[in-house]
Amino acid sequence: MTYSTTEIWALIGAIGIGTYVIRFSFLGLVGSRAMPDWAMRLLRYAPVAVLPGLVAPAVMWPDGDAAMDPARLVAAAVTVLIGWRSGNLVAAIFAGGGTFALLSL
Amino acid sequence: MASSRPNSYYWQGLRAAAPFIIAIAPFSIVFGVLAVESGLSIAQTIGFSFIVVAGASQFAAVQLMTEDAHFAVIVATALAVNLRMAMYSAALAPHLGMAPLWQRAIVAYLNVDQTFAMSVARYEAEPQLTLSQRLAYFMGLSTSVLSSWFAGSIFGAVAGQGIPKDLSLEFAVPITFLALASGLLRTVAHWAAAASSVIIALALDWVPLNLGLLIAAGVAMAVGAGVEIRNGRTQ
Repeated sequence: MTYSTTEIWALIGAIGIGTYVIRFSFLGLVGSRAMPDWAMRLLRYAPVAVLPGLVAPAVMWPDGDAAMDPARLVAAAVTVLIGWRSGNLVAAIFAGGGTFALLSL
Repeated sequence: MASSRPNSYYWQGLRAAAPFIIAIAPFSIVFGVLAVESGLSIAQTIGFSFIVVAGASQFAAVQLMTEDAHFAVIVATALAVNLRMAMYSAALAPHLGMAPLWQRAIVAYLNVDQTFAMSVARYEAEPQLTLSQRLAYFMGLSTSVLSSWFAGSIFGAVAGQGIPKDLSLEFAVPITFLALASGLLRTVAHWAAAASSVIIALALDWVPLNLGLLIAAGVAMAVGAGVEIRNGRTQ
């Protein structure tokens, strides 16, 4: 990490303000008017559209090169399986983390 | 009857969300530890949790910061992760929209996945609740959920200093995200969006400034919406 102290605080501030505006938006300004269907439909997929892509490179090629790490691939698969089947966030984190810890001993 | 007073609705909310104190603590502690491990100061780490109050986007930002991504890309990615909260804001508006502005401003700050989901469920089950009862219930939920988020972040940030740097804790972030996302894979459309996101992000990993991720996210949202329309699912 090569950011200055000022840059880090600016980042936190920018993300904080942006996030607050998103949260305040309809409740604060738009009132009880309904959102258009197409917007609701797109927003519904925002988390599953961002999070998997965000971590995919760190799972597939952890050090930025082409070398795959079986421990990471298996741990990722276990996390997704447990999270999908159980819907339990904490169970999925511990299952995936435990798998990674065991396989990378 | 005592249960009609706003105060008792506060306690009902606090008790209803009490399980989240335990569920959120590991998540917030891991954030505190990882942020400090990644190079943020204790004050910055705690400030992050108090100013942004959105776990997934905070993890996303820290992950990109360890990759020295461009400032604007980090902000855009974090906000993309939080876009779903516009949906929460829209869903709360019919129930709390008539409250004074300052109260809505506080609700907006406390509007996170768990407080949103539990409050709307209660409001829909009991439409006869008064505005002050609804607000009291929301504040009770928020007390449980956010005290755990704040306290865990502080604990993790302070404890993180004592953890040796060579532990490969950095993989905790991907694990956390996969756990979050996989719990949301309820329909074919969600799977299609997630798969598109992974494939495009990997294919465009060479694109500078992590812009490939934003392209992947945009296309994946459209894919999810497209599959939903094809399957004729209106939620």
